[in-house]
Amino acid sequence: MSVATLTPQAYLHAQARWTPVEIAFWLATLLPYWLFPDYLSLASQIAITALFALSLDLILGYAGIVSLGHAAFFGLGAYTAGLVSKHIWGEPTSGLIAGALVAGFVGYAASFIVARFRHLALIMITLGMGLLLTELANSMHWLTGGNDGLQGVKMWPIFNTFRFDLFGKTAYGYALIVLFLLFVVARRIINSPFGLSLRGIRENAIRMPALGARSRAHIRTIYTISAVMAGIAGALLAQTTETVSLEVLGFQRSADVLVILILGGAGRLYGGLVGAIVFMVARDQFSGNTPQFWYFWIGTLLILVVIFLPNGILGGLAKLTASWRRA
Amino acid sequence: MIGSLFGVLFDGFAYGMLLFLLSVGLSVTLGMMNFVNLAHCAFAMLGGYVTVTLMNRLDWPFFATLPFAFLAAALLSILFERVLYRRLYRASELDQVLLTIGIAFVSVAVAAYIYGTVQQPVQMPAYLRGSITILGHTFGVYRLFLVATSLVITALLVAALEYTRFGAQVRAAVDNQRMARGLGINVDGAFALTFALGSGLAGLGGALAIDIVGLDPAFAFTYLIYVLIVVSVGGLGSIGGSFVAATLIGISDVAGKYYVPQLGAFLMYLVMIVLLMWRPAGLFGRR
Repeated sequence: MSVATLTPQAYLHAQARWTPVEIAFWLATLLPYWLFPDYLSLASQIAITALFALSLDLILGYAGIVSLGHAAFFGLGAYTAGLVSKHIWGEPTSGLIAGALVAGFVGYAASFIVARFRHLALIMITLGMGLLLTELANSMHWLTGGNDGLQGVKMWPIFNTFRFDLFGKTAYGYALIVLFLLFVVARRIINSPFGLSLRGIRENAIRMPALGARSRAHIRTIYTISAVMAGIAGALLAQTTETVSLEVLGFQRSADVLVILILGGAGRLYGGLVGAIVFMVARDQFSGNTPQFWYFWIGTLLILVVIFLPNGILGGLAKLTASWRRA
Repeated sequence: MIGSLFGVLFDGFAYGMLLFLLSVGLSVTLGMMNFVNLAHCAFAMLGGYVTVTLMNRLDWPFFATLPFAFLAAALLSILFERVLYRRLYRASELDQVLLTIGIAFVSVAVAAYIYGTVQQPVQMPAYLRGSITILGHTFGVYRLFLVATSLVITALLVAALEYTRFGAQVRAAVDNQRMARGLGINVDGAFALTFALGSGLAGLGGALAIDIVGLDPAFAFTYLIYVLIVVSVGGLGSIGGSFVAATLIGISDVAGKYYVPQLGAFLMYLVMIVLLMWRPAGLFGRR
């Protein structure tokens, strides 16, 4: 590696350059319009899940904060967007912003708690917050519809022109554009000095304050950003499916997104994206009417990934290409 | 009202004892190795299914199945410890969480494949059914049995930990693992044994739990959350802490569901978060 000889600025600049592979990846995301026009709904689900996984990657992959309750913010965004459209109006972008604001606000409040803890206490507190919100949403039947889900979400066309259709053409384009914009933001954050200090916190949370980095303030910032992104992902789901169920907040969703990120490779910007594609396509193909067997394969996969592929699919690929270049 | 209060307290205590059996093993192993084992309740579920199978398919009496529930969970946990867990003692907690969640997923799927997703029917022997009245209060016989069993097991555990050589080694390893190694204690061996014992107790707890909470493949996750709450509130590596926390949570859960059913488990989660914020190492934890 020649990285060691670079100055930090040059390193960040080199990292921030768009590579041909990246450009090809984003162009390829348009392919479903021609290749799989019947699967556009699935494609929009994948884009939403990828955004959710990206938000988790920011805190888990880069700052090293393990969260078992990230669906809390996803669900907050989803319920906010759903309620806005049901009670105020169905304009999509303002719904997204409302979802982002609510999730971000709660995320900011929670970040003061999260930044103080590590290890088991952190895992338990994030898990507890997720469960708490699920119970809250369940008991506030008058607002959320409880177990029956939130009914009556109706979306207006985006910018009064693009109507949400049955095949998910608009939904996919909408989700993809939002995903891309937020991906660019995340990429900018990661390739900034702030992003570098996050990685420092992940590697050694005690040494970073000694180097002058305000660890807890950094953790609060990135946690809030991550909550905003998760909220937007949730809002997208509520708007594109026009329904919100309790499941958006549940432990299952938090666990799934963790699996997706680990599968793709945590601490890599494309990890969540690749993980979401593999996971969602596999689930669509294999789960069918027996979801419990799907979890058999997910569990086996997790065990194998932890033992043989510690950096996920992308980490494995990077290792392969590195050894191939050396040879 | 007073009568029902007493009944709620008793039911809550019995439920707490069940949680204690399920969680004490995880508490001690977490305290020793800092290994986050989210598959703990999968071993408990195994114990439950062993009992169900022996009773319903082979017509064994309930009591005869209990030792096998214990043994099956203990033996399988030794196998897992040797083959999988061992590799990850020095890994990050994220890797440990992922591996053990993976095992829990697989266990749920396997249970659903063999037994289906329905609740397993169990017919308790006649002498454990019904209730008796003492001093005007009615007690479920099975709950009395559960409380008595748990108290005996607790006493045995405390005695073993306080007065045996093995117990002293375990306490030393929980207090300071590196120092214990330095003094020549075989921490790995002690850990493997504790792990098997803890999983065995979970298996026993799973078998005893069937009559109270039922048994289906979701058990591995539903009760994992309760167990984790008990462990993190009680403090790692503390049997007394687990006992107190399990009692508290059992009573508050039963009381909450009885008096304010619309809140569900909300209160319990709130209490856990507040307690952890006040004392991140748990009520009785030292770290």
